[in-house]
Amino acid sequence: MAEHHSESLYMTIFYYLLALTILEIVVALPTYAPWLKAALLIAMALGKAALVAMFFMHLRFERLTLGVIAFTPLVICVFLVFMLAPDLGAVAHKTTVPAKQTTGAKH
Amino acid sequence: MSEAAAMHAGHAESYESPLTPESWGKLGMWVFLVGDAMSFGTLLAGYGGIRYGSADWPKPYDVLGIWLTAAMTLLLIVSSVWMVKGLAAIQRNDFAAFRKFIGLTILGGVVFLGCQAYEWNKLIFHEGLGFTGNPYGASLFGTTFFIITGFHGMHVTGGVIYLLCILLRGMSGAYSATNYSPVEIAGLYWHFVDLVWIMVFTFVYLI
Repeated sequence: MAEHHSESLYMTIFYYLLALTILEIVVALPTYAPWLKAALLIAMALGKAALVAMFFMHLRFERLTLGVIAFTPLVICVFLVFMLAPDLGAVAHKTTVPAKQTTGAKH
Repeated sequence: MSEAAAMHAGHAESYESPLTPESWGKLGMWVFLVGDAMSFGTLLAGYGGIRYGSADWPKPYDVLGIWLTAAMTLLLIVSSVWMVKGLAAIQRNDFAAFRKFIGLTILGGVVFLGCQAYEWNKLIFHEGLGFTGNPYGASLFGTTFFIITGFHGMHVTGGVIYLLCILLRGMSGAYSATNYSPVEIAGLYWHFVDLVWIMVFTFVYLI
């Protein structure tokens, strides 16, 4: 009953993680639209995290309920960002608007 | 007596297999990791909020550099592979390979901590990045950086100690192909630390 996962599978996952890490750096280095960069990098990071959780942490081979438990924090954190969003918008407005009026001023 | 034994067996069975095929210990570790993931998730969400609300947030790439941390990321991923190889070794009763791979995993963690100490030292004493202020812009840049990477570094330190205990117990013959659950549970923790670093690397260094 012991799951003896083949070690070649682990190496395959390692190569995926290596490739994604290199790709992340390639995407991060040039300067372009910040939202696009952030979206690409977050997508790749989530992909890497999913690979680690599914294969190294064996979630792929456990019962689905455990996967649901493991997935919960991600959902709550996304929710947290949305709950913070209204406050963040207000803070961003307060800090960016005066900053524009006093260009060059030292903080 | 046989009835008692049967009752005992039935009793034991009713407590078996909660959510994982093998053990309560594994479920316990998962519940801990879910809570810990919320700690890191909250720190990163807070980081995102502070950064979004700041008008003079420095570009992390310019201040922190990327190559050392990219190497550290790779090191943690490699040490995760060593960890699964160590687990696979004990699952086939290969004690020499178990010692080798768990030892390498620990070494990976120690080298990671060494790199982090070097990085902090360089940032604090040579580039003036302080906990409450820095020459680059928003003062919270340093605060969030040290809290998040420090919290993760503490997890790596804990993982190194945890794995040392596993290695020492394993060397005294505590684990085998039929009793490897503690090794697998320690592995869960170690992979989680790797997983968190993947997120920290992305949010704090790359974006």
